[in-house]
Amino acid sequence: MKKIVAIALLVFIGALLFTGIYAIDGFPKYGEAKVADRVSEGYIMKNVTEANTDVVYGVSTNLETGSANYVTSIVVNYRSFDTLGEVTVLFVSSLGISLLLGGFSGKLRNRCKANFILRMGSKVVFPLIIMTGVYIFIHGHLSPGGGFPGGSMIASAILLLYLSDEKFRVNIENFKKTESTAGSLYVIIGLLGLVISNYFLSNFINTGTVGALLSAGIIPIIYVLVGLKVGSELTGVITDFLKEEVE
Amino acid sequence: MIQYAGIILMLIGIYGLLTDKNVIKIIVSLNVFELGLNVFIISVGFVKDGVAPILTSVNNHSGLIFVDPLPQALVLTAIVIGLGTTALGLAFARRIYMKYGTLDLEEIGGNN
Amino acid sequence: MNSVNIVEVIVAGLLILLGFLAVNSKKMITAIIYLSLSSMLAVLSFAIMKAPDVAITEAVIGSGLITAVFLFTLLVFKKVGDE
Repeated sequence: MKKIVAIALLVFIGALLFTGIYAIDGFPKYGEAKVADRVSEGYIMKNVTEANTDVVYGVSTNLETGSANYVTSIVVNYRSFDTLGEVTVLFVSSLGISLLLGGFSGKLRNRCKANFILRMGSKVVFPLIIMTGVYIFIHGHLSPGGGFPGGSMIASAILLLYLSDEKFRVNIENFKKTESTAGSLYVIIGLLGLVISNYFLSNFINTGTVGALLSAGIIPIIYVLVGLKVGSELTGVITDFLKEEVE
Repeated sequence: MIQYAGIILMLIGIYGLLTDKNVIKIIVSLNVFELGLNVFIISVGFVKDGVAPILTSVNNHSGLIFVDPLPQALVLTAIVIGLGTTALGLAFARRIYMKYGTLDLEEIGGNN
Repeated sequence: MNSVNIVEVIVAGLLILLGFLAVNSKKMITAIIYLSLSSMLAVLSFAIMKAPDVAITEAVIGSGLITAVFLFTLLVFKKVGDE
């Protein structure tokens, strides 16, 4: 009975969604979005206030953000304040997890013993995963990726070590120190922007040529900090989840 | 086509939230809902025959037709927040299991 | 609408099917594995929609770390021996 009511309700909501969304004036059909009419046009031309000029890879210099990856330039430069808030949300949720589970001291008892292939293979794969993660967040302004996937990749490398070795424990104190240092440096860079060019988190370093490794001003610095912060935070979460209450 | 899949996935997630009684399955339904929402938001910015929003040595100037980068930036952060909320929910589920010895919401309500 | 991409149709259909199975399966472990599979399908759909950043993030987090966290939680519940 309950399921029938739920299905009827959902058919009603679905019909409303399917007819309502496409009746909105200006809502694009799938694959027919007009980027030129949206606010993103200014982000693509890397100039949100003045008339548009063409940006050429490897030639244009001293733009608003010198990042070749447009998603990065939005996440870390134009909407960097959002990202600061988002990193704070992640910090609060990891704080809640360590409040709920961090008091336990035992290890999970039901884990199976790792087999030979996992034990030997993890030693080979672990440095490669760490290197890929660091590469991804250092090149966040040139190629797909950035601080969030890079940091998660580092956390998953630590997860691999946990799975392959039952006695393995990370020194969680050092991870907490790394995380708080990275978070504080993010805020300090924002305040430096406030002092130097009058608004919070402004890009106060010369942005260089589009496509060079040393370009885009504060974007690579902030993305490395975000990568370190996310990686150490998720490592802390995984470490908390591997604990169990001892009776 | 993928836009419709996103909407239907959201509806499936709501169905799971309404009917399941197990705490873990409610969190799984929440994840399915979130997945559908992410697919839908990305599909709003998709342009047929557009290129991915990255300047490279091949797609080397901004006059090309790019996919809208703004929804992608929003979803990029939403995925990481999804991991945080899911992990917090699972930590609460472990606490509930320690206190009541069950994961069924109706049994928990009956004990009070 | 005359040229509907066949890959998109297959990905969309599988995404709906796997999401439905994840919500409707009886055992918790089955639900979690179906959630991980549908996350992989979502990675494919993000790649089709030209969003490489989101695809990388979803591949690492959605199908890697979330599954691990769910499984570590299940290991605690299995302790008593029921379910």
